[in-house]
Amino acid sequence: MSFEPTIVGFLCNWCSYTGADLAGTSRIHYAPNVRVIRVMCTARIDPTFVLKALHDGADGVLICGCHPGDCHYSEGNYKMMRRYPLLKKMLADYGIDEARVRLEWVSASEGQRFADIVDDMTQRVRELGPSPIKEGLARDMAER
Amino acid sequence: MADKLQIAIYWGAACGGCDVAVLDTNEFILDVGAVADIRLWPIAADGKYKDVEAMEDDELDLSIYNGAVRNSENEHIARLLRQKSKLLIAFGACAYMGGIPGLANLTTRDKIFDTAYVDNASIEPGNHKIPRPETEIDGKVLDIPAFYRRVYRLDHVVDVDYYIPGCPPQPDQVKAALLAVVKGELPAKGSVVGAYEHALCEDCPRTRNEKKITRFYRPWEIIADPDTCLLEQGVLCAGVATRSGCGARCPTSGIPCRGCYGPAPGVVDQGAKLASAVASIVDSKDPEEIQTILEGLPDFTSFAYRYGVASSLLQRSHRP
Amino acid sequence: MTRKITIDPITRLEGHGKISIFLDDSGAVEDCYFQIPELRGFEQFVVGRPLEELPRIVTRICGVCPASHHMASAKAVDGCFNDEVAPLAHKLRDMYYNAHFIHSHTAHFYALAAPDFVLGPDADPAVRNILGVVAKVGLEIGGRVIRVRGLAQEVQRVIGGRNNQDIWCLPGGVAKRLKEDELEQITEWVGEMYDFTQFSLQLFRDVVLGNPQYVDLILNGPYTLDVHNMGLVDENNAPNFYHGKVRVVDYEGEEICKYEAKDYAEHVAEHVEPWTYLKFPYLKKRGWKGFVEGIDSSIYCATPLSRLNVAERMATPKAQEAFEEMYGVLGSHPCKALLAQHWARLVEMVQNAETLQGYCADPEITGEEVRVIPQTISGEGFGIVEAMRGTLTHHYTCDERGICTSANLIVGTTNNNAPIQMVTKKVAEALIKPGVEPDQGLLNMVEMAFRAFDPCYSCATHSLGQMPLEACVYRGDELISQIKRNC
Repeated sequence: MSFEPTIVGFLCNWCSYTGADLAGTSRIHYAPNVRVIRVMCTARIDPTFVLKALHDGADGVLICGCHPGDCHYSEGNYKMMRRYPLLKKMLADYGIDEARVRLEWVSASEGQRFADIVDDMTQRVRELGPSPIKEGLARDMAER
Repeated sequence: MADKLQIAIYWGAACGGCDVAVLDTNEFILDVGAVADIRLWPIAADGKYKDVEAMEDDELDLSIYNGAVRNSENEHIARLLRQKSKLLIAFGACAYMGGIPGLANLTTRDKIFDTAYVDNASIEPGNHKIPRPETEIDGKVLDIPAFYRRVYRLDHVVDVDYYIPGCPPQPDQVKAALLAVVKGELPAKGSVVGAYEHALCEDCPRTRNEKKITRFYRPWEIIADPDTCLLEQGVLCAGVATRSGCGARCPTSGIPCRGCYGPAPGVVDQGAKLASAVASIVDSKDPEEIQTILEGLPDFTSFAYRYGVASSLLQRSHRP
Repeated sequence: MTRKITIDPITRLEGHGKISIFLDDSGAVEDCYFQIPELRGFEQFVVGRPLEELPRIVTRICGVCPASHHMASAKAVDGCFNDEVAPLAHKLRDMYYNAHFIHSHTAHFYALAAPDFVLGPDADPAVRNILGVVAKVGLEIGGRVIRVRGLAQEVQRVIGGRNNQDIWCLPGGVAKRLKEDELEQITEWVGEMYDFTQFSLQLFRDVVLGNPQYVDLILNGPYTLDVHNMGLVDENNAPNFYHGKVRVVDYEGEEICKYEAKDYAEHVAEHVEPWTYLKFPYLKKRGWKGFVEGIDSSIYCATPLSRLNVAERMATPKAQEAFEEMYGVLGSHPCKALLAQHWARLVEMVQNAETLQGYCADPEITGEEVRVIPQTISGEGFGIVEAMRGTLTHHYTCDERGICTSANLIVGTTNNNAPIQMVTKKVAEALIKPGVEPDQGLLNMVEMAFRAFDPCYSCATHSLGQMPLEACVYRGDELISQIKRNC
């Protein structure tokens, strides 16, 4: 029995959630490993959400938003664009493999692209193996 | 003895600054002496561990524990004091959040050992000896505490009643907290006491306007204007993500806040909030330009979690 | 069958420690070990941090003497920036630092040391502390002590923004200037502080020198070692706490070496023992010879007494008078009587106060240019100051962006690890005799050996140790269990 990653996906309502829907209605087959959480805009995504998902056992976190310039709220995705490098730096310093957290711009018409991203990320995280975080923290509390 | 409050003040992986903060209450310490027997306070009094071991459970009305949990002795005494005390307060940033020693959670024990005992500029040439928990010399056993793989907060190892933040907590707050205990006027268990319920910015004397940053500066790269918000001038200041209560001494003196009072109320991860705040003032929509601007903040992680690595959601490096 | 007495924890000092005394069948001391159980790892976890952050991180090595680390760190950081520093900043830093000395020496003398002398070494432990001292000497004196210590801290706060966990030094200088009205206030306080230094000396004369048993203990007791002395001196071989060269002198007064900060690693090395986390500095050129006294010893002390032992004079006139009085009573310069360190602290405080008075009268001290913007990064820096407890060395390297790539610290109290080990054993052997059951008073007198050094073990144990781990548990000769980890 091989490891199947659990990936939490934060998708913005207007572009990327619709794009994911399109993948579904188009009957595209793709990896079922992403658990989708719909937010109105990637601007809503506090870095805390990503860290919490990892803390609670997610093997990876995928964030999808509208392409720059296309944000339903004009500039929301720029806020995510600015947070992301800081978040990545913090994750790297905490020893979290780079492939576990990913930001992609997916438009409402990019069903196939969404599917490809999910397949690609799932495969990379599968190769990395389970995230060491939740088990590691539990072990810290049990043994010193 | 039973008429006076029975208290203990103890230090884990600490620097002594929290104990000095208690001494900095100045005359008040004499008032404390009048109403309390200090049964353990290694910096200033002669109580020994065996004296604590001999106490009944709950014999101490109050134990104040500062410092992080770094080794087996820190944990052992934390458990001992919890057992012997009615109330246990986590005092200062280290007990509350892991503190500066928590930065060790971003590196490894092996590296730390290597730097201390093998690979440094002044170690005895050819040294192979390293400290270990037990050494036997001619039948005599010498023991020292076991080093843990990482730093823990106090409430990772024992149940804590209250938290007093700060590095160190301000003497006024020490007074207020001790008086509250004496009078029995304490808030709900688990509360943070001795600090305010808002972020530092509200109490900072600098003027704040809209922030649009196209370049960040390290504090020595500019002579900042003394009256304007530091963050607004591009100097990273953690006040925006930090609980107030310290009197804003650092930004008042021209030095940016580094977050020693911990996160503002309701915040789960102080570093995530600082990242959010800093990102929100970057004035660019171009990914490459954004990257360049953010490169003006090297080692951002140690600013995000200067006092709170052990308290962050991830708590420590998970490098394999 | 060996019997073990453990004093745990040691008290009235800064930091963690325990003393393990082994008695043979007759009840005589067979061996004695001074063990430090704490470490945190500063030398490693500052790597990767921007240099300018280090002076604010290393203050958490010690909350009793954070200014020492702040200053040594600032100087090492300055070195990494090619020593581009506003000249006025050096004066202000020296001014600030002398105020810190008064605060720290006062705290040690009255809160940590005085209980042994004012109440007596074998007084009831429940009162053998600062509260007991105040109860005995009275609130007027107690209040004055508290007030002056507070004033010294206030001077720091006015000049540098905080009276603890210092923040004020930056590459290029300091963060803010001293204003005229602030200087006026400080000048008034400094006058009071100077008077207090004289008062403290008089108290010492009355309480300690006026008690023949204490004098005997100081001059003739077991608290003495034939080891060498280290301290920072200026060009006149007078003590300077902020800047100078390190001078090492043997206990007969001959100079062994005198070096600049950048050459520290040629003269000092650190030895490791597995039964304590704290390293043992020694004179490198002589090699580690063990815990051995004598003229060829490689062991040295770095303490207030050591500073005065290596000095040929004080830097200020009233301090010079106090210096001459002290050595007149002690009978020789250098002096090996380790309990005299308590006196040396008081003599130093006079120089601290006079130095402050000098700065208060300096018309340039309220100048505007307290910081320059450094233009170049050299990649390496060395900062040596005198911590209250001994010579403190910070050595950093950095990359082209000014990010720390390595840090090496030799801390005040660390210098004294071997002497403390040796004198503790000596005192234990002298006081614990067959047929005498060691009570708390006797054990406290063993503790008085280290207490004279005003140790700061949080300082000393900045660095985190061990990782390959092998634990062997014995009972008698029988190996009970063996645990290995990472090796």
